[in-house]
Amino acid sequence: MHRATVDLWVGVFVTVGFLGLLFLAFKVGSASNFSASDGYVVTAEFDNIGGLKVKAPVKSAGVVVGRVESIVFNNHSLRATVSMRIGKKFEFPKDSSVSVLTAGLLGEQYVGLDGGGDIDLLADGDKIVLTQSAMVLEKVIGQFLFNKASESGSNN
Amino acid sequence: MRANAFLKGFVAIGRITVDGVWKIGAGTKFILNVISRSRMTFQRPRLLIDEIFFTGTLSLIIIIVSGLFVGLVLGLQGYETLKRYGSAEAVGTLVALSLVRELGPVVAALLFASRAGSAMTAKIGIMKSTEQLSAMQMMAVDPYARVVTPMFWGGFFSMPLLAAIFSAMGIIGGYLITVVVIGVDGGAFWSQMQANVDFHGDILNGIYKSIVFGFAVNTISLFEGFDCVPTAEGVSRAVTRTVVTSALAILALDFVLTAFMFTGV
Repeated sequence: MHRATVDLWVGVFVTVGFLGLLFLAFKVGSASNFSASDGYVVTAEFDNIGGLKVKAPVKSAGVVVGRVESIVFNNHSLRATVSMRIGKKFEFPKDSSVSVLTAGLLGEQYVGLDGGGDIDLLADGDKIVLTQSAMVLEKVIGQFLFNKASESGSNN
Repeated sequence: MRANAFLKGFVAIGRITVDGVWKIGAGTKFILNVISRSRMTFQRPRLLIDEIFFTGTLSLIIIIVSGLFVGLVLGLQGYETLKRYGSAEAVGTLVALSLVRELGPVVAALLFASRAGSAMTAKIGIMKSTEQLSAMQMMAVDPYARVVTPMFWGGFFSMPLLAAIFSAMGIIGGYLITVVVIGVDGGAFWSQMQANVDFHGDILNGIYKSIVFGFAVNTISLFEGFDCVPTAEGVSRAVTRTVVTSALAILALDFVLTAFMFTGV
């Protein structure tokens, strides 16, 4: 085949290949708001994290603002320490609170971050004090049954 | 009599083991030989461009068409199942993740092995059986550097691009069947996909996979061609072995890579 024709078609192939890669990177994947090293890390201690997993989203007002980076058990306080990486462009007051929530009825668990009213902002390495644990279904049902039982007990 | 049959069994096991070990050793030596002679390939890019044309451009049509059809089927089947749980919009995530993580690299590599790998084996096998390789050596031209190494690098560069094109076409196919034909909401299709497909975790790992597969398929097909019995029948057997061994190697490597990349946290 003619030299220039081969060159032309190789050029077409390579261009199409890189277009495919770009399509995957920008249209299909989230060339994400927070890459592994971007942003600041805050920690929080929970009594119970339920089914929270590493890489679960951290949401504020329903918007994903970060991801759970690690979950470790604290031997001294006997609680779970969760570190979260928050995107650089998101700023929250120091007295913000976090809670473990569930998306939908059977959905995955995520961390909800509610902003407070402090003037100072959360910075890298800060610890969020106000936390609310995950709702464990068995405990809720148990409490409900207990309340029912005590109600009917007082009626008699 | 029975003891004799027993002995024969051991002999067979021994032969398989020795042959296998020999193949692994010879293959490793071969590929190191090929890579160590890379200088000429990059000094004369013409050779490389010709091989990229041969392995990449000529595989483009089959990759695009199969990618499209795999995407169409994934979209249809995924929709039928997800519809029952009232989450038909998640079909975008399903199609994208299965293509980017597994089907894209694996099926593209299988097609590459049967389309380009077999041709590489046949080309080298025929050059060997018609003594073209020996003739080169007589003229003090290194057949590795002149013939084999450009083929290796050509396939090595083509493979990840082909896998990316396959995945992209598959996702477009899934979009066509679910959004355009069935009528799933297009916005939800893309947004759910973007929310759940991670660039580092999913797309880059898929590309790494295709690089590993490209290396394996090239090594197998070039080695089989170089190692074949220099007769018509020998070449035909070598081509068959290339396709079979490549397919097995791709699937086994895929399992190992998936176990490393996508499990655990």
